[in-house]
Amino acid sequence: MIREHGARAPRLILLLMTAAALVGPSAWADLPQQTPSIFAPASTPADTIFGLSVFALAVTGGIFVVVGGMLAYAIVRYRERPNDDTSEPPQIYGSVQVELAWTVIPILIVVVLFLTTARIIFAIQDAPQPKDALDVTVIGHQFWWEFRYPKLGIVTANELHVPVSTSQEPLPTFLHLLSADVDHSFWVPQLAGKTDLIPNHPNETWIEPTHTGLYYGQCAQFCGVEHAKMLLRVYVETPAQFAAWVKSQQQPAVEDPQVAAGREIFETHACANCHAIKGTGALGTFGPDLTHLASRDTIAAGAADNTPQNLFDWIKDPDSMKPGCLMPSMQLSDNNIHELVAYLETLH
Amino acid sequence: MDSHSIAAQTAEPAHLEHEHPAFLRHHFENVAQQREAATFGMWLFLLTEIMFFGGLFCAYLIFRNWYYPAFVAGSHTLHIWAGTLNTTLLIISSFTMAMAVHAAEVRHRGPLLRWMVLTIVLGCGFLCVKAYEWHDEWVNHHVPGLNFSIQEFTHTNPAYPGDKPLAPDMAEKTQIYYSLYFVMTGMHALHMIIGVSLLAILLIRARGGAFTNGHIAPVENFGLYWHFVDIVWIFLFPLLYLISRHQ
Amino acid sequence: MADQSIPIGGSLDVTPRDHERVPLLDRLHEWVVTVDHKRLGILYVLYALFFMAVAGAEALSMRIQLAVPNNHFLQPELYDQFFTMHGTTMVFLVGMPILFGIANYIVPLQIGARDMAFPRLNAFSFWLTAFGGILLYWSYIGGFGLYGMGNAPDVGWWAYAPLSTKPFSIGPTIDYWALALIVSGFGTLGTAINIIATTLSMRCKGMTLLRMPLFVWLMLVVSALTLITITPLTAAQVMLLLDRNLGAHFFDAQAGGSALLWIHFFWIFGHPEVYVLVLPVFGVASEIIPVFSRKAIFGYPAMVAASVGIAFVSLGVWAHHMFTVGMTSVSNTFFVLSTMLVGIPTGIKIFNWLATIWGGKVRFQTPMLFCVAFIFQFLIAGLTGIMLAVAPWDWQLHNSYFVIAHFHYVLVGAIVFNIFAAVYYWFPKVTGKMLSETLGKWHFWLFLIGFHLTFDTMHFVGIMGMPRSIYTYEANRGWGHLNFIISVGAFIQGIAVLIFFWNVIVSLRKGKEAGNDPWDAWTLEWATPSPPPAYNFASDPVVHSRRPLWDIKHPDDPDWKYES
Repeated sequence: MIREHGARAPRLILLLMTAAALVGPSAWADLPQQTPSIFAPASTPADTIFGLSVFALAVTGGIFVVVGGMLAYAIVRYRERPNDDTSEPPQIYGSVQVELAWTVIPILIVVVLFLTTARIIFAIQDAPQPKDALDVTVIGHQFWWEFRYPKLGIVTANELHVPVSTSQEPLPTFLHLLSADVDHSFWVPQLAGKTDLIPNHPNETWIEPTHTGLYYGQCAQFCGVEHAKMLLRVYVETPAQFAAWVKSQQQPAVEDPQVAAGREIFETHACANCHAIKGTGALGTFGPDLTHLASRDTIAAGAADNTPQNLFDWIKDPDSMKPGCLMPSMQLSDNNIHELVAYLETLH
Repeated sequence: MDSHSIAAQTAEPAHLEHEHPAFLRHHFENVAQQREAATFGMWLFLLTEIMFFGGLFCAYLIFRNWYYPAFVAGSHTLHIWAGTLNTTLLIISSFTMAMAVHAAEVRHRGPLLRWMVLTIVLGCGFLCVKAYEWHDEWVNHHVPGLNFSIQEFTHTNPAYPGDKPLAPDMAEKTQIYYSLYFVMTGMHALHMIIGVSLLAILLIRARGGAFTNGHIAPVENFGLYWHFVDIVWIFLFPLLYLISRHQ
Repeated sequence: MADQSIPIGGSLDVTPRDHERVPLLDRLHEWVVTVDHKRLGILYVLYALFFMAVAGAEALSMRIQLAVPNNHFLQPELYDQFFTMHGTTMVFLVGMPILFGIANYIVPLQIGARDMAFPRLNAFSFWLTAFGGILLYWSYIGGFGLYGMGNAPDVGWWAYAPLSTKPFSIGPTIDYWALALIVSGFGTLGTAINIIATTLSMRCKGMTLLRMPLFVWLMLVVSALTLITITPLTAAQVMLLLDRNLGAHFFDAQAGGSALLWIHFFWIFGHPEVYVLVLPVFGVASEIIPVFSRKAIFGYPAMVAASVGIAFVSLGVWAHHMFTVGMTSVSNTFFVLSTMLVGIPTGIKIFNWLATIWGGKVRFQTPMLFCVAFIFQFLIAGLTGIMLAVAPWDWQLHNSYFVIAHFHYVLVGAIVFNIFAAVYYWFPKVTGKMLSETLGKWHFWLFLIGFHLTFDTMHFVGIMGMPRSIYTYEANRGWGHLNFIISVGAFIQGIAVLIFFWNVIVSLRKGKEAGNDPWDAWTLEWATPSPPPAYNFASDPVVHSRRPLWDIKHPDDPDWKYES
């Protein structure tokens, strides 16, 4: 009786599920997709990890097939059948040989997996820094990234530019990770594993991108209300492109008399307390350096594209774009904001 | 259903017969089992206490390792005589408590009461000295968060002319020393207060003869707790008071 | 069934029976002041089921929010509160209470004791746990919010300092969190002490340690683990409270405190905590699988040794939660090794369950269905655990949805499945009524399908780079479809749990009478009436093997002839 009723349930459920799958939404599918998959590595450490993970996956997958297969066989083969008699099956209490076997085999597997893992840990973590490697200091803030290139005298935010590394000219970038407030974690899956940014505990990691392009990442340690919008972009460029970018970033801020009104608003309002623009009186360090704001593709740590309209909305009411972020609304008139945006738009 | 049946058929429902002493609870088979369970439970509780103070000691070791000069300077502001006095008080109180347990074992009500009163007095004495020290630290601006000044540590301590004054950066870290000092002595004092209160309750019950009729488990187990609190202090004293005193 | 031949049982019953029409208020009062281990066990389970519904609702709200990219169903603040409360609730107010509740009910019965060693401590512990839960949820009312609404802890159940210190979490919510966990932690400690003292000093005649049912063994190990790990967390929480309210500087990185210290403290507690939750359900599986396979458990001594081994090793693996905090390569390597070592005793357990099924006559009633699913899912959870132990791969997977998938495979796929198995298995003993098999099958299949839709898919979005704890995500990352599937699965699980609640209500009112021993099982609890009377056993039982009821049912071929 039990069996008859029970069998109906799964069939009905399957039907309902098929129906649900058919009405699944697909509204966002037409956007250009770029998935930051850890299985699409584009940098030496990520690639090494990918190789190791394939090995680990093969080992664990093998175990799953064997043990899962045996289990599936056992529950089918040894199920109670309707015409069975009522006697109990033979009672078996254990077997030293069998138990020894399934203790020793896992030990051997663990040894192999452990040695492989240890080798990769040392290879990645203790890799020496070559002399000509690029140094970048990454500082985590609630909820944005500060990038400093100490040898090049560049300070920027949220969008990291690094040169591509080729086999002829290896050019890794070493990242020194600091935090200004709480714990964060630097993670660009296609370039390297993540490393945390912890206050009072400097960390280090490195990337060696082998393909040019744009790579997405984001903060991977919960750091407060806008943790989800602490996004991160890494632009991997050819050496020539990178040199050009460095050169433009090293310039002081553009001076354009046409937008002097906007500049004055910036300098005379509280903007200057938190933001710096090189060559002006604005020296704040609490928020991102805006000297070359217009050269960046996004604002608000990747929360929006860097368009005049978005910039306007952002300055008018940051909370509408990123609720809970630390930038206050300055209560400026729309006219003032337009002038301010016009000024910021010139900061290439 | 012969010798291997589950129950001894003749056994009476044990908790209906009331031939056992009044303090034996229904679900125990006999006094020995009850006493064993209670003592065992107390030891387990002390294990959790060890892990609790162990956590604090771990934090202490890490920070002391990082900020040793600040810990030395902080330690040198404590009154070593007060710490020594308190250590002595506690060791004597452990002795009086042990005597109280002994008095309960031999069922002497008078001595039991006297030893318990003495233990309470010694415990209160400890708390008074501790309160005096805390007051002193408050007066000297050594309470982090509420009332702290690093001034004393950026100058030479007249009592320890050998100590170099600390750089302001390291002097700041004396706050960590004091944070640890207050949390460790504070949690210890909380245990002392709880201990004295429990002992007072036991004292009232002991006056009625509750523990001189063979039912000594509460006194015995309280004794374990009291000795444990003593031992914690035996660790706290050198860790907090005696840093670098040999120099 | 065979219960007529069992010579012990409850001839004596001093609790008033329900049909005597005691006024409702008096009956409630009885439940409040009770020190009976069985009533306290039931209270624990009811309390946990209530919070399971609450935390489940929080999870479903989060899944609505994440079903599509850039969704606005939940404000970020609310989302953060929900994932914090979901985690804290499920671990401290659902997982531990329900398992300790089941143990409270079953352990004394299985070892032939009349009650727990300290009945009043037992009641005290329950009420501490209960008030801990109330205190935690009171923060929704008592904690003032920044945006005019009630407030709750919003820093994750791990509450990493300095995010949980005053400058970054103003308001009293974190204080509620810490105090609630300290209070309920004391309750848990009381119960753990009680269980150890009970199992070690109150076993009936003939019940040597190596004849104890495996569930009792596992609870013994779990209680020991609890005693060792809860108070370090208490110490850290005391320090956090002092930091927040009195200006101490333990975790204040600006003043020289250490953010890492909190992480270490938390996981020294937090990792063994996972084993505190999972080991009891190993015990449940080790009770149910033999009964429904009609065979003795395979390799009992190895099962005991493996349990103790897992507990022991689990104390030395906490930093595998910390491979990304920048430890030295040598420390990382050490924790890789210790973590992988856990896999060996765990593997032994899975093999032993498999061998118990092998050669048996497996009856697929609802408890067994949940147990079989548990073995499969726990196998997968163990294997993804090995993947995460591969530290360099963990640098990628850590804090991604892969990790969420992995630990929900443990917490839901293993623990919740077995909790359901335990409820279906022991409900007849506790209430005297059988749960409906039809509804049970619906519950099982829907829950199984929902579970796999949700948590299998999470592995993939994790590999695709989606981090945890985010209230929304960008549309162009390719995570949208999979997240929608995850959310659908979550709701299917929700429906399954509703069916379960319905089953409990219906079966309580008009379920089939269970009798003493509906599953034809072998441990002592099935020798008592259903429900067992106060003080359980009319006369003290005497046992001669691990399966006392088998010996009685098969006098010609008893177990004690074979056990060494």
